[in-house]
Amino acid sequence: MTFLDTNLLSLLMIIPMIGAVFIWMVKSGETMNGNIRIIALIATLVTFLLSLILWAGFDNSSADFQFVERVTWFGDSITYTVGVDGISLLFVILTTFLMPLVIVSTFEVVDKRLKEFMIAFLVLEALMIGVFAALDIFLFYVFFEGGLIPMFLIIGVWGGANRIYASYKFFLYTLLGSVFMLIAILWMVSQAGTTSIPALMNYHFDASAQNWLWFAFFASFAVKMPMWPVHTWLPDAHVQAPTSGSMILAGVLLKMGGYGFLRFSLPMFPEATVYFADFVMILSIIAIVYTSLVALVQEDMKKLIAYSSVAHMGFVTIGIFVLNQQGIEGAIFQMLSHGVVSAALFYSVGVVYDRLHTREISRYGGLSTNMKRFAIFFMIFTMASVGLPATSGFVGEVLVLFGAYEYSSWVAFGASTGVVLGATYMLVLVRGLIFGELTKEDVKAMPDINKREFAIYAPMVAVVFWMGVYPNSFLDPLHASVENLINQHDAAVSSMHQETVE
Amino acid sequence: MSAELPILAPAMPELFMAIGAMVLLMVGVFHKKDSYAVTTRLAMILMIVVGFVLVTQSSGGRELTFGNMFVSDGFAVFTKVLVLIASVASLFMAGQYLKDQKIERFEYPILIVTATLGMMLMISANNLLSLYMGIELQSLSLYVLAAFDRDRVKSTEAGLKYFVLGALSSGMLLYGISLIYGFSGTTDFDMLALHIEALDGMNMGLVVGMVFLMSGLAFKISAVPFHMWAPDVYEGAPTPVTAFFAAAPKIAAIALFTRVLATAFPDMVHEWQQVIIFMSLGSMLVGAFFALVQTNIKRLMAFSSIGHVGYALIGIAAGTQAGIEGLLVYLAIYLTMTLGTFAVILTMRRGAESVEDISDLSGLSETNLPMAIALSIFMFSLAGIPSLAGFFGKWFIFKAAVEADLLALAVIGVVTSVVAAYYYLRVVKIMFFDEPVEAFDKQKSKGLSLVIGLSALINSPVSYFIMIAPLVVLASWASKSLIF
Repeated sequence: MTFLDTNLLSLLMIIPMIGAVFIWMVKSGETMNGNIRIIALIATLVTFLLSLILWAGFDNSSADFQFVERVTWFGDSITYTVGVDGISLLFVILTTFLMPLVIVSTFEVVDKRLKEFMIAFLVLEALMIGVFAALDIFLFYVFFEGGLIPMFLIIGVWGGANRIYASYKFFLYTLLGSVFMLIAILWMVSQAGTTSIPALMNYHFDASAQNWLWFAFFASFAVKMPMWPVHTWLPDAHVQAPTSGSMILAGVLLKMGGYGFLRFSLPMFPEATVYFADFVMILSIIAIVYTSLVALVQEDMKKLIAYSSVAHMGFVTIGIFVLNQQGIEGAIFQMLSHGVVSAALFYSVGVVYDRLHTREISRYGGLSTNMKRFAIFFMIFTMASVGLPATSGFVGEVLVLFGAYEYSSWVAFGASTGVVLGATYMLVLVRGLIFGELTKEDVKAMPDINKREFAIYAPMVAVVFWMGVYPNSFLDPLHASVENLINQHDAAVSSMHQETVE
Repeated sequence: MSAELPILAPAMPELFMAIGAMVLLMVGVFHKKDSYAVTTRLAMILMIVVGFVLVTQSSGGRELTFGNMFVSDGFAVFTKVLVLIASVASLFMAGQYLKDQKIERFEYPILIVTATLGMMLMISANNLLSLYMGIELQSLSLYVLAAFDRDRVKSTEAGLKYFVLGALSSGMLLYGISLIYGFSGTTDFDMLALHIEALDGMNMGLVVGMVFLMSGLAFKISAVPFHMWAPDVYEGAPTPVTAFFAAAPKIAAIALFTRVLATAFPDMVHEWQQVIIFMSLGSMLVGAFFALVQTNIKRLMAFSSIGHVGYALIGIAAGTQAGIEGLLVYLAIYLTMTLGTFAVILTMRRGAESVEDISDLSGLSETNLPMAIALSIFMFSLAGIPSLAGFFGKWFIFKAAVEADLLALAVIGVVTSVVAAYYYLRVVKIMFFDEPVEAFDKQKSKGLSLVIGLSALINSPVSYFIMIAPLVVLASWASKSLIF
């Protein structure tokens, strides 16, 4: 067990890569597709099971980084250091949980160039785990940016009709935000003399410097999340990406923005966070209201869900920047919930798209008659997205609202409009797709979900209800780390006030 | 002065090279059959042996000889090794192309050897006169190489353009040298530094001379505003020659540039820093924006190399030892990226002709996946996307810039690299997203495959775990040896 203890995180990253290498060695050609799928599935399942060991072995009472591995690398201080704390643990689990589902979702759907497809996904999984586990800021940046390459290829090769535009937009938009972050990182590293994230979290940067550093990081994370007004890449990317690409994009890649705020902006730039908090609140509320209204008028169901993602991320940023325990825990919970729920929603879109090859809502209607099981699943996930109690969405939203109310009742009011608007467009979607008269012939002919699709839905439903009914399993690891984050933040801010008073 | 023989030991590699070049000339002339193959093989062996001698006999300290005109220090060893690697690789890659274009003549490896010799002299120059001598030896060889495919108009045009513009820039260089000599009384770098230190205020004559000198050198590295020869010459010259151009002379000239500024003009930092910043900004912007509309892949690479020179100049502009270290890491990685890319370009043949349009790469991922992946690695590396080696170079360069307070330069640098990422991505997009066109001829040259494979390996994330640490250590050692 000790080998696992000391190297678990690296193993989690290496196993997908080993899977990719195996797939690389498989002979090209349609006949080998079955083998490729099996290898990919085994790799991701093994990774998931190992990550459960990570969860089981995690000490909920400690706010320190656990499962830390450190190897000196090069330069003055750059090391390969990985570790998880309460905040990053669940993101790693989210990643490893979604990947097998994503892989299975591609069976029978993707045949063209399957080898490269699976390799891209496995490499992406390794990089995503690396983002959440990295404890060296150089390493973090490498993983953060490195994930752009496989995603670019996934959207561009296996995507929809306008995929090239979408993949360019995704890549260049995200890259532009991130290079500003690079400059900020370089400045921080030269100032603090270290690239270690824990050390940087304890280093006190000049208040004026903090402002522009915070903003540079914000440029990157706001695009990633995405926040209004830099969210415009997301609808295009989602609509053009293949179903599996959308699932992983919405499920995990978007969470990196929120994770970035929690890992970098809050602990490393405490004064600037307070300074910009109102700014973020305004942007978030605009995001929630505006994108919800835009979602309401969408005809393409994938675009509708994409805009709803932006709205949900608005909730998350509110939760993060209210800077209290409920808000931050709610934000993290919301991110986890959204990860599963939106992956499921995009998967549902994929299910009907595979049958009818259109994403126009008006082409459907009455699926509750001939696709009963699908209708049930779809309802569950849309209601989870809305935040119905007993589903995961409720817990996250309610915690964020409690936290927001402590910050300012206006913000809480603005955020709750998001809940209502969310219900509106989701019900419009549900009515358009599921309810109503079953008149169209081709819709009548659509078969209900088969065993494979059921196997993908089942774990996600289970998790959604688990998170909704017994959220403590997911909240417990968070408590210590979030409390530590807030205490450190408060201490830093109050000491700044001390200095200015004296 | 008494007629003593100067200490030959530090210059042993160059002497070897010079004698070797002359021997090769004889071999080429007298070996009637197969003269190209024999000469090339011998030339590669010569350069490898010279490299060996260079690395083993250098003490790492600063050694002067030939009346202080020739210096050998860690910096010189590092950059000379890079140049030698570039030259050997160019020779490796050239065979098949030259045979197909029917220009397989033994003068080719000899010219490469003499050009390399010139570059080594440039890097080791400690006096304005030996600087000029090295530059001219290198340039004359390169002019002829550019026009090597003498039956094709494009090649002779390229050679002529290069020659005329190069001669003009050499003239500017000499003018600058003469001004510097006139106003300081010496051409030796160390003496110049002492002279300038002893000066009370700023000597306008020296500044003007320095600017002329820098202009002449800027031409050699194709930095803005003296970059305009590069796209035409790169496009017209035979592709292996272009590969050589993009790699070796750039490294040598940048190393020379660094040494001149660091050793001879350290006290005039404020004057030359501004000039370098201007050149760097211009190069990055030109390299990013002008490449967006290119359709010929060799021209694209020309602009790409202009952009990369801009980034390298940031390292010099920083004016610190960290800047030089960043520069050296950047150059080493740039070398591998460029050689790899040109090696892939060399495989682009269809029928009897070599094709150079970017659109000819359409769908390469379906006709030849390993090649497409290799080229993608190079493209992403050139763009500086993390997880590939090119990012490392950028990290060190920008770190040095930020530490030297050149924040605006760093910000413009990163923004231009995003712009440049567009056309690098476009190549990847064409290979992976577009419908395949007629496939290229099957590539037979083993040397080419070796270069492509090796470069791809070095640029891939594998390089992270193995190569970057020793490279950084070496660069650090080399940069420390340069007096600042």
